[in-house]
Order: sequence, then structure tokens, then C-alpha cells
Amino acid sequence: MQIIKTTELVKRYKNITAVDKLDLEIHEGELFSLLGVNGAGKTTTIKMLSCLTRPTEGDAFVGGYSVTKESEQVKRLIGVSPQETAVAPGLSVKENLELICGIHRFSKEKTSAKIAELSDQFSLEDVLNRKAGKLSGGWQRRVSIAMALISEPKILFLDEPTLGLDVIARHELWGAIRSMKGKITIILTTHYMEEAEALSDCIGIMKNGKLLAQGTVAELNAKAKTNDFESAFVSIVKEGVV
Amino acid sequence: MMTFAKRCMKEILRDPINLGFGLGFPLVLLLLLSALQTNIPVSLFEIDTLTPGITVFGLSFMTLFSATLVAKDRESALLQRLYTTPLTGADFIMGYMFPLLPIALGQTVICYLVAIPLGLTFSVNIVYAVIGMIPMAVFNIALGLLCGSIFGVKQVGGICGALLTNLSAWLSGVWFDLKLVGGFFEKIANALPFVHAAELEKSLFSGDFELAGTHILPIFLYSVAVTAIAVFCFLRQMKKQ
Repeated sequence: MQIIKTTELVKRYKNITAVDKLDLEIHEGELFSLLGVNGAGKTTTIKMLSCLTRPTEGDAFVGGYSVTKESEQVKRLIGVSPQETAVAPGLSVKENLELICGIHRFSKEKTSAKIAELSDQFSLEDVLNRKAGKLSGGWQRRVSIAMALISEPKILFLDEPTLGLDVIARHELWGAIRSMKGKITIILTTHYMEEAEALSDCIGIMKNGKLLAQGTVAELNAKAKTNDFESAFVSIVKEGVV
Repeated sequence: MMTFAKRCMKEILRDPINLGFGLGFPLVLLLLLSALQTNIPVSLFEIDTLTPGITVFGLSFMTLFSATLVAKDRESALLQRLYTTPLTGADFIMGYMFPLLPIALGQTVICYLVAIPLGLTFSVNIVYAVIGMIPMAVFNIALGLLCGSIFGVKQVGGICGALLTNLSAWLSGVWFDLKLVGGFFEKIANALPFVHAAELEKSLFSGDFELAGTHILPIFLYSVAVTAIAVFCFLRQMKKQ
């Protein structure tokens, strides 16, 4: 069942078209990766889908609600972990989680239960009382994703979740992301081939604001007539193999 | 909204530089100028005149605090995340402004308490003087929200940290009598709220409520105007993001 659908979605910033007539369909429960080089329009797409920026033309439907006309309903369905780490640096990890629980008006009991659940899921027990701003990049990303999950979203947007992390931190975060697969719909942007290949059920490849191709790794490899996903990506992006 | 306000208060109070400057600097000035007054008597620095002026000067740090917090939040992705939650524009504005009001009043109370052993006349008028600070505190906090909505963290440090604290000090008549400079400078000072805030404090502290009434109106008008502009600018940048 479709949970996200965009129809000729366009975002222009003055003379630059960041997203150009994007038609996208994402199914419920899948982990969908938007893959592309820098400036492909991945983050802008996520921003439009999460009601952070308004489309110039077209519309997108998230859980059946329009991002242009029903943003309040859309916001109730989604969780967002932005590209940069979005934590309150002066607060402890626990206080960061409590902040989001408070914003969603959770009771004290529900807040405690949620923090316990997410601490377990993301192995945060040892850092709960440490200042979020003092944690390493990898830990901050974990906290950031945990914060995005507090509202029990049906759809989670992860914008470049492993950008700038070392190999170990990246693999640990992949484990955390895998643990959520199937439970909620995850839309992830990345420009790491191996990340898209390792995590995704479906991949959309973007260039210059356009969706060049969409499918599973096997389907994209078949389209590019190769067994190597990186080669398939290069063929699709550089040679326009669709 | 209270959850967000609580978070803002924690962020401000946990920054040792904030505490050091916001609370420490006005107190150091109070002690230094009192010591100066003991050795070289100057009527302007008599403790009953100096303390109300110092409390007004101390408020300029509230502008720095709120501007820095808003600018930092804007530059980090935290606000972006919070924009995707059910928090409304009003929640953000109140969340930034509310926590600074008790901090501002707390700073004023501490200044008066420190001044008592230095010879400040102890009377119930101190309570009126503290309450009388509210409109000027709102002005300073709103000015911070406005600057934080427009400028980045580095710019805010220069504009609110150096320029505004100095301007509010020079134009408040706390450090020197504005009549001594006179002319255009005095006219500018009188057109701005800083000197009125200092005079309001002095008159409330001395129990001259009639005089206080003449100074509260310009402060009130400035507070309303700056708050309105700050709200407009904050909501505009929120929409932009």
C-alpha cells in the first residue's frame, strides 16, 4: 500500500530548480533510499515531504494527507532526523528525549517507558545522563534518531544519517536502522552506495532534481546491465541508463 | 510550550559564560564603582543612584542571551526538527521569552541584595523597582529574539554583546550625566528607552511614582513595538526554513 506519493513536485529557489517534476511512490513499511550526488535534490525532497519547505508546484501526499493543505495531519505521522545533528547541546540525552516527549504531551509514565524503550533500542543507557553536546558524532546521530522516533511516527525521514561518521559508527547506526525495518516506513537520503545497497528495500536515484530510476538493487543492476551497484549508479547518473 | 521554555532556561543557565557575564559583570561594576565612590565622591555613583542604573545595564545581557540562543538554534538543526512537531509559532516565541523574564528579575533582585550591605537604603520601594523592570526586561528579551531571528551566532556576539551593551550603557545616563554631553547625543538618548528605564528605576526606588509614570510610557511603547517586530521576523524566518 502506498504511503507517500508525489505528483509533479517542484521546488525552485530563484533561478535554481532543486526538485523538478518529481513523481515518486513509496510503499508502507519499506525502507526507501533516495540516492544521488550532492545537489541532486534529496534533502529538498525530504524537506517538502516533512512540511519544512513548501513546494513551488505540484503536491505530495503523506499517509493520504497533502503536504500543502494538511501539514498539521502530516506532522502527526512523521518523525524527522535532519542532516545535521539536531539535539539540544546543553541538555543531557535523557533531557533531550524528555523534551520531545513533553512536546508531544506524554504523561510521566509514558515518558519513562518511552525513554527506557529507546535507550534499549539504541543502547543509550550509558550516555543518558551525559550532555548531548559533548557526545561524539555517532552518538549524537543515535540520540537524534531516537528523538525522531518518540512520537511513534508511521514514517521516519533520515537525512544523510551517517554523513561524516567513521566506519564503526556507521555500521553501528546501520544496525539501529535495520532494527526498525518493517515496523515503520523509513525514507533515507544518502550519497553512499554501500549504505543504500545494505539497507534499502527500494532505491530512487536522483540527479539535478529529477528521479532517474527507481527499484531494488537487483532491478537497478539489471537496468544498467551490471552486477555491481556502484557501476549501475554511475551508468544511470552519467550515461542516463534508465 | 512550557517544555520548550524549560529547555531554553536550562540551556541559558548551564552556560557558565552566560552566568559569568550576565550576573557577574553588573555586580563587579557595582562593587568597583562603589569603591570608587568611597574614595572620590561622585553623586552619580552614590549607591542609591548607582544600583537602579546597574540593574538596567544588566538587562542588556538578556538581549545577548536570547539572541544567542535563538541564533544557535537556527544554525543547528534543532529548530528544523522542532518545526516538524506540533509546536506552533506562538509556542516558540513564548518558549524563548518566558524563561528570560524570571532570570532578568532574579538578576535585578541580586543586584539590590548585594547593594544593601554597600549602604543601599532598604525599603519596600525595592519591590516596586524590581516590578518596574518588567517592561524594560520584555524590551531587551524581544530585542534578542529579533536579533537572533535576523543574525547568525557570530554577528549576534558582536551586535548584542559589544555594541548593544555599550550603547545601552552610554545612552542610559548611568555612567555620566547626559546633560554634560547635551545636544544631539542627549536628544538621541531621550528618544531611546535606556535613559527612561534608568530614570524609572531611580524614581521607583526613591518613591517618586509621579515621575516614574512619565518614564514608563516610552518604555512600554518600545516594548510593544520591538516585540511585534521580533514576532514578525521570527515567524518569517520560521516560514523560510
